Amino acid sequence: MPRRHPARDDHHTSGSGEGATPPAATGEAGIGRRRFLGYVLAAPTLTVAAQLGAEALVPRQAAAAAPALIPSLPGPAEILDLNELLTLAALPTSNLITIRVDSDGTAHFALPRAEVGQGVTTSSAMIVAEELDLPLDKVKVTLADARPELLFNQLTGGSNTTYSTYTPIRVAAAVARGRLLHAASLVLGDAVETLTTKAGAVLSPAGALLGYGELAAKAAALTNAAVEVELKDRSDFRVVGTAQRRLDALDAVTGRKKFAMDLQVPDALPTMICRPPTINGTVRSVANLAEVRAMPGITDVVTVSTGVAVRGRTFGQCVDAVRALDVDWGPGTAEGASDATVLEKLRRAELPLVVPALPLLTKAVDARFTFHFSSNAALETNCAIADVREDSAEIWASLKAPIVAQEQIALKLGLPPTAVRVHVTEGGGSFGRKLFHDAAHEAAEVSRALGKPVKLMWHRTDDFRQGRTHPMSTSRVRATYSLGEVLTYEQRHTSVATDFGHGIGELLTSEVARLPVADATFSQTMFQLTQVSPYHLGVTTQLLSETDKGYNTGSMRGIYSPNVRCAQELVMDELARRTGQDGYAMRRKLMKDSRARAVLDKVAQAGEWGRTMAPGTAQGIAVHAEYHSFVAVLAEIDCRPATTGRKIPNAYTGPRVTKVVCAVDVGLAVNPRGLEAQMMGGISDGIAITLTSGLHLRDGHFLEGSWDQYFYTRQWNTPPELEIIVMPSNGEKPGGAGELAVAGAMAAVACAYGRATGTMPTVFPLNHAEPLAFTPLPTVPPVPASPTDGRDRTI
Amino acid sequence: MPQHTFILNGKAVTADVEGDVRLLWVLRDVLGVTGPKYGCGVGVCRACTSHLNGKAFTPCAVPVDDLAPTDEVTTIEGLPDTVGSDLHPMQEAWLDLDVAQCGFCQPGQIMAAVATVRRAREAGREITEADLDTIRNICRCGTYHRIRQAVLEGSRRME
Repeated sequence: MPRRHPARDDHHTSGSGEGATPPAATGEAGIGRRRFLGYVLAAPTLTVAAQLGAEALVPRQAAAAAPALIPSLPGPAEILDLNELLTLAALPTSNLITIRVDSDGTAHFALPRAEVGQGVTTSSAMIVAEELDLPLDKVKVTLADARPELLFNQLTGGSNTTYSTYTPIRVAAAVARGRLLHAASLVLGDAVETLTTKAGAVLSPAGALLGYGELAAKAAALTNAAVEVELKDRSDFRVVGTAQRRLDALDAVTGRKKFAMDLQVPDALPTMICRPPTINGTVRSVANLAEVRAMPGITDVVTVSTGVAVRGRTFGQCVDAVRALDVDWGPGTAEGASDATVLEKLRRAELPLVVPALPLLTKAVDARFTFHFSSNAALETNCAIADVREDSAEIWASLKAPIVAQEQIALKLGLPPTAVRVHVTEGGGSFGRKLFHDAAHEAAEVSRALGKPVKLMWHRTDDFRQGRTHPMSTSRVRATYSLGEVLTYEQRHTSVATDFGHGIGELLTSEVARLPVADATFSQTMFQLTQVSPYHLGVTTQLLSETDKGYNTGSMRGIYSPNVRCAQELVMDELARRTGQDGYAMRRKLMKDSRARAVLDKVAQAGEWGRTMAPGTAQGIAVHAEYHSFVAVLAEIDCRPATTGRKIPNAYTGPRVTKVVCAVDVGLAVNPRGLEAQMMGGISDGIAITLTSGLHLRDGHFLEGSWDQYFYTRQWNTPPELEIIVMPSNGEKPGGAGELAVAGAMAAVACAYGRATGTMPTVFPLNHAEPLAFTPLPTVPPVPASPTDGRDRTI
Repeated sequence: MPQHTFILNGKAVTADVEGDVRLLWVLRDVLGVTGPKYGCGVGVCRACTSHLNGKAFTPCAVPVDDLAPTDEVTTIEGLPDTVGSDLHPMQEAWLDLDVAQCGFCQPGQIMAAVATVRRAREAGREITEADLDTIRNICRCGTYHRIRQAVLEGSRRME
């Protein structure tokens, strides 16, 4: 993909960067430094700002001119991908992000994004530290409350945070540095051009040193003003691009890190919901309200829209009360449904293939893949604190779309949005869950009904059974080939509807006219924006259709990509096999992008592609390109009976991925150590959704109810050998990384399995068709009893 | 209301609460000790892993009634004190290897790791890859590989 950024010259300007110099020649010839507009705000201490999204200047003209889905031409995702769209859509509505420098020399930045483990607070602090020449430990990043004036620009998703905030944060920090230099020049009487900054201080040629802290008030502005700045040259970076530990690591390992349920809000007592036995079932009546209200510790019991809420002194007593409730349940939205009935609906909804009858000598690979429901549950279950009063409300929760939460909660409560304060707390994982505010909505409803604050938490069993899922889908693929060449590639992805109701929908609606997919549905737009074949496969069409809105769904890490790309990479292996080519060599030959080819080459070399392996074991290789980034994964799997037959109590063992080599190119890796962590997590997710973690739907409910039933990757499934290679940063801007590795890992593990067993896998996760490896919990009561044998199970 | 006394992080504490309430909720909801996390409530995810008289256990599965005044409960908050330091060597290894992502499971992981090393030492040996495979704690961010490295590194640093 061509990059919009003109090359910069080597000249580094260390002066104030403030408006004294006229704007440099920019653009066409790629000469000169680009100048950016930031702001200094009237405040008692230095406060600077930049417009979020300001760097995305104009949409590429190509986007408007490109035709839709013309074979062999770039698809929409190659012209304008989801990241680009999120960034562009922010333009007309975006507002300011601000950095404040205090008299103790610290810089403060409230990031309008959610931190759910992906490391954006650390990487954002690094960007501030870089541009401000401030030690990293002097930068304090917090999570901003819902800021309705940011409109769509407070959504954490699409691996977009660093991509969209990198330049605005730099601009604001550069304005601050310029003001500090200016203030120092007045104090010292030295010309501003002679001054430099280092480690949180301004230095004069004579060796005088003024700390940012003592300059903070002097650098403050009396009135708001726009300021032009240049940004530091990449060759001068000292922080960005270095491996840094997470800034919140100490809090995490000492137990001091506070998640929503760790907050102490006065009188916000533990609250849980007794939920229906089938998906989205409803309460008809409750037979024993008074009896349950009288249980030890219980303060309140009330029927709400999703079940029966109980509030009490401890969550343990809430569990007991939930179990004691005698509820007459009405039907839900998926009554009687099972995996088989959903599969049948998907078959009926599948769009037809269009390749006509095959010419002589042309053959086809035809395959249909099934991806069962899987859970995007985080380890922290859905939870929120709500304190709803007569004319106001306050919410605490980890939210990736806090403005949407604020507006929808306000609507529900009949309050103006400004009367609802929404605090974004640290999140214990997301994987798509925190795009929604299900628990916050419920907490607000319960708090309103009781007239009391509540600390509402979902039970784990509810989180699996009634929580959101990655929807079940199928992918039909037909690839035709002749004389060793691939002529056509068609893919029809059919999915239970994915809920995009977290606000991004409105965002896209406003932008959709710009796209060559204007007449498509919203989901189809998302599909076209995210799905791109990394290979030249002749006439290529990839289309989505959806069915059935009866399920609680949402985007899971990577949305469609892990499934769509897994299917495609398996077909690549099959094409290679049938045409007598090596799978790596064929991918390499057909690769569109040189960066994708480079990561593929890297893992093939580092992972010793093609090495001799024992029967029942094999390598698999795959690439994935998305979010302006590229990843390749080489996985080795052991499918021998001694491995698949391993016995671990209450666990699923199965084939083991024994080694993974991953190479990643994000253009510019702000924090390579954090990037490695994101790849590692994505690999664990890819292994899980390929081999072990799926939901079984029977009789209108999911069977899985605990982590010993929903088999996310555990230590015994973890590859003992793991190598992650961060490619040299050759780009000017960081691409996305949070979701990137899942698709590559899923595809590589599936391909390795296919090569180890000699059979292309078509149903995922692979263990889904096996006899259930657990005894399902009852659905009434909806949650299991708390165990009492903990003393006997100390280890 | 019945009173329950036990030793928490080196100090005797008394909680006024019904005896069948599981210790996790006594810690979190009554005593305000929030290091141990809720991830399942049935002793599976092990996010609440703490130590009972030096051994790993899940407070979500122990009624507070089951504790005697002499029982020593150690949560992540009290782990450094067991070695008379600001941080336990296992926590230092965790920091050096930058294990945590969201951090939610990490207190439980560290408490499980310390107990795993202790158990091997009591058996007169050092931990192995096979021991790492027995750690049941869920990390939904999937940091398992760094956890393995950190347990081995922490083990080397533990006296």
